[in-house]
Amino acid sequence: MSKIKNAFENGKAFIAFITCGDPDLETTKEAVIAAVKGGADLIELGIPFSDPTAEGPVIQGANLRALNGGVTTDKIFDFVVDLRKSVSVPMVFMTYANVVYSYGSEDFIKRCNEIGMDGLILPDLPFEEKEEFEDICTKYDVDLVSLIAPTSAGRIAMIAKEAKGFIYLVSSLGVTGTRTNITTDLDSIVNVIRENTDVPCAIGFGISTPEQAAKMSSISDGAIVGSAIIKLLEKYGKEAPNHIREYVSSMKTAMVR
Amino acid sequence: MSNSKGRFGVHGGQYIPETLMNAVIELEEAYNHYKKDPEFNRELTELLNEYAGRPSRLYYAEKMTKDLGGAKIYLKREDLNHTGAHKINNVLGQALLAKKMGKTRLIAETGAGQHGVATATAAALMGMECVVFMGEEDTKRQALNVYKMRLLGAEVIPVTTGTATLKDAVSEAMREWTSRIDDTHYCLGSVMGPHPFPTIVRDFQAVISKEIKEQMLEKEGRLPDAVIACVGGGSNAIGTFYNFIEDKDVQLIGCEAAGRGIDTFETAATINTGRLGIFHGMKSYFCQDKYGQIAPVYSISAGLDYPGIGPEHAYLHDIHRAEYVAITDDEAVNAFEYLSRTEGIIPAIESSHALAHAMKIAPTMDKDKIIVVTISGRGDKDCAAIARYRGEDINE
Repeated sequence: MSKIKNAFENGKAFIAFITCGDPDLETTKEAVIAAVKGGADLIELGIPFSDPTAEGPVIQGANLRALNGGVTTDKIFDFVVDLRKSVSVPMVFMTYANVVYSYGSEDFIKRCNEIGMDGLILPDLPFEEKEEFEDICTKYDVDLVSLIAPTSAGRIAMIAKEAKGFIYLVSSLGVTGTRTNITTDLDSIVNVIRENTDVPCAIGFGISTPEQAAKMSSISDGAIVGSAIIKLLEKYGKEAPNHIREYVSSMKTAMVR
Repeated sequence: MSNSKGRFGVHGGQYIPETLMNAVIELEEAYNHYKKDPEFNRELTELLNEYAGRPSRLYYAEKMTKDLGGAKIYLKREDLNHTGAHKINNVLGQALLAKKMGKTRLIAETGAGQHGVATATAAALMGMECVVFMGEEDTKRQALNVYKMRLLGAEVIPVTTGTATLKDAVSEAMREWTSRIDDTHYCLGSVMGPHPFPTIVRDFQAVISKEIKEQMLEKEGRLPDAVIACVGGGSNAIGTFYNFIEDKDVQLIGCEAAGRGIDTFETAATINTGRLGIFHGMKSYFCQDKYGQIAPVYSISAGLDYPGIGPEHAYLHDIHRAEYVAITDDEAVNAFEYLSRTEGIIPAIESSHALAHAMKIAPTMDKDKIIVVTISGRGDKDCAAIARYRGEDINE
């Protein structure tokens, strides 16, 4: 049984995204610990990619800062071994297909299992291509997370039926980044998901305020926040962890239990 | 069972965000419908002939042949097409398809600016809105093309992320497409990206080899011994190769940009220096580091300055049907100057990579052998940059 399920057992889940190595791995460690103290139920650790085509400017910036700081996949694996001594909530990697493929898919996914990573999110891997990594993920008990988008009409049931870990429901068209308004009819998408699977479903893209977190958690099983946290890292650098703790706490408090 | 579509051996596929999946499925269905539709084909042929000026000439380069003293050299003159390059073949096809699908807006990436100019041209002709993404570095290298696109009514958005060249323009066009799909068609300029683009673009460019074959049979009564084209993503090359793939006696040669050399980091020679990866919607060969970070490639040619290669080329390489050689900046510039002086034809710096290879192999071949080199575009856009390369500081 996937450990990711644990994240959804204490009410609605708050999922925090943090890019590894932005601005350095020491800060990432403090940021993750702060997010968990603030109430985060699941951590998405970003492995930076040179050309993150699904990201808006904020997370693109984080990728660039992390790569310029010299972080690599191997350094991140070692970092997770250390991080796991202080953090017990479920954690997943979020990166791009080439980072996994180029490392050697089996080597990468096996390593995920060894260091205590529970899942993998690859935004450039749609349902039709998931067999690229799926069997290896199953073999090493790493959940390959499926994404569903506002434009997934006619595909939701198909994706939901085979989903593992949790479903990442993309709130709006476009790339990651904070948005003032989310206008997609998420209710009806969540309904179709729930008709087809018991796997929990969390909403991400564009969520930054407690009001949005409250709304998204009332519709689904959780809220995923990335850019808003990255902005704190961008603004405060090494001083960001305290701000992240406060911010996550304000979001978690606002969410439906 | 595999759900994956659009494979060329292990290459190709659809590695894109879920947000775009229905869009590419819709595009594939529309294409499969219209490619068999006689009315669509009649309209496209009329556009290609009456508007773009097809068929393009197959010109016997007699002076070049005599000077090199070996194989007979023919030039496929895609540079004579309207807008000055082969790009218009694909763009007219895609723009017509987009129009039939009810789209009102075209977006495109461009490197040298030729595909951007072609897309802006088709958009003007068909009354569609047009936005072109171009690496900021390239907007400087190809300022004239930026002006042309604006003149044609397109909006040009300089891309400042990454290396600010072609790959970043592709990434940004993909990001734009995920944010606006309903009314927008992404008019991809090469045989790359997710399925069905590599197939659609190849089919629209295959007119090049269809014509070469007919023209060669008419002029020489036989097929050529080799066809040569430059390769960035690889659209003019696949167009040049496609109708010869089954003719095993015809050698297919693609010329990649070696930049300052394949033993340096300043190169864009994907087959010669890259390895298998997944990027921009496809599995293929890419220039990348040990951890899969895409390499900041370099070539004097903005149109070949791309870290990947189309999946069908990767496959033709794997099965040894086509050969991919690397040509340096220096060799390309020499060929650019050579053709200008020898035949009075100024070729694009991209096409000059193919010419440079022809100049190497023609003298080693017997006089009864025949080579066809595709001149994918005209070189007016490159004159200022080549002058600077030679140390002359001229203003455009």
